[in-house]
Amino acid sequence: MATIDETKAAEGSDEAPKYKVIGTRPIRHDGADKVTGRALYGADIKVKGMIYGAILRSPHAHANIKSIDISKAEALPGVRAVATSADLPEPGDKIAELGEGSVILNHLSSNNLARTKVLYKGHAVAAVAADNLHIAQEAASLIEVEYEVLPPVMDVLKAMEDSAPVLNPDVRTEEASTGEKGDKPSNIAKHIIFEKGDLQKGFAEAEHIIEREFRTATVHQGYIEPHVATALWNNDGQITVWTSTQGTFSVRQQVAELLDVPLARVKVVPAEIGGGFGGKISVYLAPVAAVLSRKSGAPVQLVMDRADVLEATGPTPGSAIKIKMGVDADGRITAADAWMAYEAGGYPGSPIGAGAMCVFSCYDIPNGRVEGFDVCVNKPRTNAYRAPGATNAAFATETVVDELCEILGMEPVDFRLLNASKEGTRRIDGVTYPRIGLVETLEAIKNSEHYKTPLTGKNQGRGIGSGFWFNAGLKSAVTATVNSDGSVGLLEGSTDIGGSRTAIAMQFAEALGLAAEDIKPAVVDTDSVGYTDVTGGSRVTYATGWAAYEAAQDLKRQIVSRAAELWEVDPGQVSYEDGSVIGPDKSMTFKEIAVELSTTGEPLVGRGVSNHNEPGGAFGTHLVDVEVDPDTGKVDILRYTAAQDCGTAIHPAYVEGQIQGGAVQGIGWGLNEEYWYDEEGSMRNANFLDYRIPTCYDLPMIDAIIVEVPNPGHPFGVRGVGEVPIVPPPAALEAAIHNAVDVRLYELPMSPPRVLHELLKKES
Amino acid sequence: MPRLFIPPSLRPFCEGEEEVNVEGATVLEAVQSLDQQYPGVMERLCPEGKLRAGIAVTVDQNVTPRGLAQKVSSDSEIHFLPAIGGG
Repeated sequence: MATIDETKAAEGSDEAPKYKVIGTRPIRHDGADKVTGRALYGADIKVKGMIYGAILRSPHAHANIKSIDISKAEALPGVRAVATSADLPEPGDKIAELGEGSVILNHLSSNNLARTKVLYKGHAVAAVAADNLHIAQEAASLIEVEYEVLPPVMDVLKAMEDSAPVLNPDVRTEEASTGEKGDKPSNIAKHIIFEKGDLQKGFAEAEHIIEREFRTATVHQGYIEPHVATALWNNDGQITVWTSTQGTFSVRQQVAELLDVPLARVKVVPAEIGGGFGGKISVYLAPVAAVLSRKSGAPVQLVMDRADVLEATGPTPGSAIKIKMGVDADGRITAADAWMAYEAGGYPGSPIGAGAMCVFSCYDIPNGRVEGFDVCVNKPRTNAYRAPGATNAAFATETVVDELCEILGMEPVDFRLLNASKEGTRRIDGVTYPRIGLVETLEAIKNSEHYKTPLTGKNQGRGIGSGFWFNAGLKSAVTATVNSDGSVGLLEGSTDIGGSRTAIAMQFAEALGLAAEDIKPAVVDTDSVGYTDVTGGSRVTYATGWAAYEAAQDLKRQIVSRAAELWEVDPGQVSYEDGSVIGPDKSMTFKEIAVELSTTGEPLVGRGVSNHNEPGGAFGTHLVDVEVDPDTGKVDILRYTAAQDCGTAIHPAYVEGQIQGGAVQGIGWGLNEEYWYDEEGSMRNANFLDYRIPTCYDLPMIDAIIVEVPNPGHPFGVRGVGEVPIVPPPAALEAAIHNAVDVRLYELPMSPPRVLHELLKKES
Repeated sequence: MPRLFIPPSLRPFCEGEEEVNVEGATVLEAVQSLDQQYPGVMERLCPEGKLRAGIAVTVDQNVTPRGLAQKVSSDSEIHFLPAIGGG
């Protein structure tokens, strides 16, 4: 896939220093294994004596479990173990911090194997391990579960009604900032409010006000590789888990907490990972496989099929959002008000907090209010999905902004430039921005060839949308071992989803004055490297890259000290510059000194850690051209350009790939993807034929414009990349459809039936 | 003096104030100072002297990994916001 070969540094800046390694495009270290099929993914793991598991899942969306009879399954020849929730310890109401967030352990445990209730169709109820998969599946089908079927609650607004059946008797509505809880069970798990300025005064000052209501569908991350876990609970009490995950240390903690075993007894070995996008942080299989292993005495492998993935792992929430915005006659925003209800799924934990902080994040708004609700419904427990909560919010806000632009007669890009958030802008939740690059992305779009090329065809339209994501810092650790030939083995704990091991190796190489090819990065198990938080939050290139930078500094200090000793000079007379150690009389390259030191003393091992949280925040602006078929409502994308502030692009090809991938997922979310439930709460499109993610036939080239406004909170100016590009697409598409055929859509996805419905309504 | 921004649902306990100037060299001391002005607020914001699960502290634009132990300067801004995760 070609991309626009142009990187835009902040105008007039000395903010974009030149590097030797950073900004180049070396061949990725994991490339050969992946393109030849030799890379080992989760299901490729084979452990001696391994047996296979199958899980019995609920046929009901909402039901009490009255009894479970496993006797017939246990009696089937070849069955080695059967497990239910009775085999998992009772965690009580304990809350576990998982690096990127917290979880009520009782809910997490019940999501792995249901205790007293099932809360969505596909909810795991029992598990079997057998000599082969066929026996395991047959045995699972012999487990007899008696249910008391309850009415499902599938709609977020209906779930909020007082008369709605309550999913979780232990959930009370909690005020987010005070912790005060309601006095009766409720499907509303959390309530959040942000306020700034005087909302009434702001609307009174407005010349134009638009107020709209929006709905967005439940959508899945759609990673290609299904969930898989292999576990061995050894006789010595040690548990080893092999799995594809975004966070080995997070899996270690979840397994330890859910099984109530010491952390040190759990080792998690990462496999390569075929996509995650936030969906491979929570555990679904590992604790169950471990319990089956303990009962059977053999390593057990559990693999989901596609229906399991869609029905029983965490999608991103459907939502209901109301937005009201006012502008003065010059187009300045005077006030904005948002009401947002996000579906949490069966257990609390939707990304409503992030959605509420992101909903007006692109704009400098003097008076604002945001109210958010986390709401349980009978769908799978939601999980993170690229900028969780932000896409729903941006779809609503950006659509209202587009309508305001229409009333004002302003170019949407000019309206955004007039009102854009910038350094010092205070968000409605109160925080001010550091140096950010939204304006630069708008200018990049405005200056693009795409923007300057007019549309000429019938039923064609152009739309623009902007989006924001915070990015995260958190903890990372890296170990660097210098080999006797001057190469370096770089051990890291960040599982590599988007090419991060190369991006981290490049930062290490840059800091030491080496070539990327001199570094051999490896993602290792939890016993082999320091604690590292999840690969998520757009944090890995930022935080693990920083740890690699620190490891390089550590090595430099050691090399200077050792060289001084070797040369019998004062350490103050020795320095490390541009890949060489320099003394008063001589200098040696890194490789030369590495060879020398390998024979004259202890091994050179560097360590680097980071726990910095100045990730800077990132913005993107997308421009899209569409053509709408008025007979069918089908939307074809003609051209797409995405501009994003990446701080500093370490490996531009990966940055472009992240932007393109995120945009494609946002396009799928915008035009086709949705969970279809029947009245009983059963998902009717739990396969990739009927759950329509975009294919190459649905997409044009996604032109990626990398904007570089270096983040002052990182040694190389890195910001996160992976999440922002999913935020603007649905809103940009809505504006484009409106400009093409003069209808407005307030519900996602904007699939052919919905577009056609609006077209027919307009005609009538 | 550091400025501690009061979350909206806590403002009724702080006479409606949106932000309060507080004493202290750490976030914890800042909250203790707030509690001296408005007794009972600390228990709501940080029960038993700990951050409640799901809440993050932002000091001067960034979520701090050190939570209540984060040092603050005389011109720092302190916010309490929902903790977020990424994808």
